[in-house]
Amino acid sequence: MNNHKQVINWGNYQKEIADNNYYYARSCIRQNFFPGSEKTFLKILRQELGKNVFDDPNHTSCTGIGYHSDIVPFETTQTVVARQFSLVNEAGFDNMAISCVTSFGLYNEVLEIWKEFPETEAKARENLKKATGRDFQIPKNIAHTSDIIYKFRDEIWAKKKYSLTNKETGKPLRIVDHIGCHYAKVFPEKGVGGAEFPKVLSGMVQSWGGETVDYPERRHCCGFGFRQYLVKANRGYSVSNTKKKLESMAPFKPDLIVANCPGCSMFIDKWQYVLSETERKTYGQNDLGIPVLTYEELAGLVLGYNPWDLGLQMHQIDCEPLLDKMGFDYKPEDKYKGINGEYIGEPIKFDSLYTCV
Amino acid sequence: MVNILVNLSSLIVCTLVFNEIEKCNMNTQKTIVTIGAGIAGVESSVALSKLGYRVILVEKDKNIGGKINNYYHLFPNNRPAVDIKNYIDEQCRIHDLTIYKNTEIEKIQKKGERFSVTTSNDDILKADALLVATGFEYFNGQQKEEYGYKIYDNVITSVDLEEKLKSGKPITTVQGKEPKRIAFVHCVGSRDEKSGNHYCSRLCCVTGVKQAMELNNRFPNSLSYCFYIDLRMYSMEYESLYRSAQEKYGIQFIRGKVSEVSENKEGSLQIKAEDTLTGRPLKMEVDLVVLLVGMVPGSGTEKLKSVSALEANKHGFLQSADWQLHKNSSSQPGIFLTGTCNGPMSIDETMEHARSAALEVHSYLQNHSEK
Amino acid sequence: MNKFGFTTQESRTIDYGQFDERLLGYVQRHEPSFFICMSCGACTATCSAGNLIDFNIRRLSLLIRRGEILHLSNEIDKCMLCGKCTLVCPRGINTRNVIMLIKKGISEIKQLQN
Repeated sequence: MNNHKQVINWGNYQKEIADNNYYYARSCIRQNFFPGSEKTFLKILRQELGKNVFDDPNHTSCTGIGYHSDIVPFETTQTVVARQFSLVNEAGFDNMAISCVTSFGLYNEVLEIWKEFPETEAKARENLKKATGRDFQIPKNIAHTSDIIYKFRDEIWAKKKYSLTNKETGKPLRIVDHIGCHYAKVFPEKGVGGAEFPKVLSGMVQSWGGETVDYPERRHCCGFGFRQYLVKANRGYSVSNTKKKLESMAPFKPDLIVANCPGCSMFIDKWQYVLSETERKTYGQNDLGIPVLTYEELAGLVLGYNPWDLGLQMHQIDCEPLLDKMGFDYKPEDKYKGINGEYIGEPIKFDSLYTCV
Repeated sequence: MVNILVNLSSLIVCTLVFNEIEKCNMNTQKTIVTIGAGIAGVESSVALSKLGYRVILVEKDKNIGGKINNYYHLFPNNRPAVDIKNYIDEQCRIHDLTIYKNTEIEKIQKKGERFSVTTSNDDILKADALLVATGFEYFNGQQKEEYGYKIYDNVITSVDLEEKLKSGKPITTVQGKEPKRIAFVHCVGSRDEKSGNHYCSRLCCVTGVKQAMELNNRFPNSLSYCFYIDLRMYSMEYESLYRSAQEKYGIQFIRGKVSEVSENKEGSLQIKAEDTLTGRPLKMEVDLVVLLVGMVPGSGTEKLKSVSALEANKHGFLQSADWQLHKNSSSQPGIFLTGTCNGPMSIDETMEHARSAALEVHSYLQNHSEK
Repeated sequence: MNKFGFTTQESRTIDYGQFDERLLGYVQRHEPSFFICMSCGACTATCSAGNLIDFNIRRLSLLIRRGEILHLSNEIDKCMLCGKCTLVCPRGINTRNVIMLIKKGISEIKQLQN
């Protein structure tokens, strides 16, 4: 517990984010939910911004999902994290770019434990040495990939093809930003803007022409706790939390939701379908759902990438209404065509699905 | 025979008078510099002036009186604060106190038993004792981000509310509505690890109840809700204010610290707290939120700590030499404390503290002149 | 249509916006001393029924003041009307009368509903 009297002025707080030479630590499950996001991140950083990002095939899951579900013991997780660090050192990098918010929270948690209890760090070193023969050093800078996009939001804006405005009315799009709990709630100083008013996503939205929507349940968790939703009987708990958020934001009529955590994006997207089926309620306009995007997809749209390359066809809530609002030039007929132009199949349409176009 | 008797008696009278004059002259040779001309500084200085000392007051603002200038009505008896202001103005006039306004202290040095005080006007004042009356500031509500002060329009502090009540102008929400539901949040910046202030600021609870009653007078159809952790209604009269707040004004008291304030579409505010006495979370929509901010050491106190060797206690207020017996003596001999630079206190407590300070100074100076 | 195997849960937050004032209004009109309860708990501490079963008169009084009056008639019937709470109340509230009024108020509201 800190006893310092010095209080941080969160409004002006800027955390340290490295500006080049990143080791990319991918997410284990994110590519299943939103397949285009990580690819888009790499494309933006390498091609648009000319940055050096190392994509290592040797790294593994951080085991955060296992740790939080009580399947992987904490000591094992620490050793896996130590191995990740060792891989970063081996590749010759000092900066990590972490794709998943749970991962980001886990790395910070492990580092904090090692700082307060040095014997655990010593044990992790010993375990790693015995298991793999590796040594490691803690990387200098650990940032979440949304931090990096936030850092370069002006550079991305400079290359924009579309701004986040409603082409018909000329007004900015009303965008709800949802921050993953492990990003800033656990360690406020590890999030841009602190815990109460995090700026990482709202900064992006505002730089790209959109309008941030503040609503009463903005800070509320979406309910994606591994313990809650892994067991089916508990899922009511999870969906009730997302429902609370959706009920609270609906009067503000948002055009889209952007989230920086893979779990949150997945939940808020897919639970809208469940709620439409079980409670016959939708929260967007015209009886449709509110599209949920990841920040990479949002950046990709701003840069004018093909929405089907971004993976928007995999979303539960269809994004075409949003694309039409933005005046985006895309080919609707290509939605279910794969890389070679082959038909990849499409989801079954149910009789009373409110959320599809 | 009569002539000798008259001469003898007049000689005795003359000697007695001469002794008294000499004593007064000895006192008037002693100078005290009072840093701060709020009610504590003035009351102590007046008492010392009555004892025959020469007192110079140095005040950083353009007016004397400090915070009393901003208050509307005082608890517990609803007395207009301007009464106290008039009182100190009158006392300054009667005792012809020397007051340097718009002046700060830049340096304090001690040579032997005398002090040299350098002011921001480059004057050097010599003193035999110093009286610190630098007062307090209000906790900056913006530090409690979760309450949305200066982020959401209809969140104000008790200081803002007092100003509005005093100005006589209509009190409305920013949207121009008459407030129907008002929430008072207790312990803002006090008893709070996250703000760095662990202490209780004592006066905020009774201020909240007083302001809730005042708002109820202004808007008889409104309802006020006080969200508290503990209700610190100490002293003889404050408990009866609590009772009459419930009985006559219908003010509701909900035990639970407000965790966050958010804004609804129309500009009304949503509060989340736990109703600890029923053990359930509670949410409420209100038109106005009033943050009861505590007292923290004043900027003058902070400045003084940097230009002198004065010690502060762990809460940042100036440390007394002895809690029970020498409250008004500081950690430095010859420097004395009066008023809220020593800790949060109400106006009546400040006046008592101030008079006690004057007596401490007097006793110190008497001891030193006999040496 | 529940093919999911789970449903959403009701919130247990007291929503002050959904305040049912009828019972509170009735009690306060007939026993104005109810206004000055400070929830000190002395009544519950001495309660004859409360020391044997789950009956908490302090909490019930507070729930009425939050407009939460569902399931109250079952609860309030647990009171033995012994009057010990009235003896001990530091604010001098006629708690026994408050309880009688709650019972009467509930039956009046039920009659109006039927």
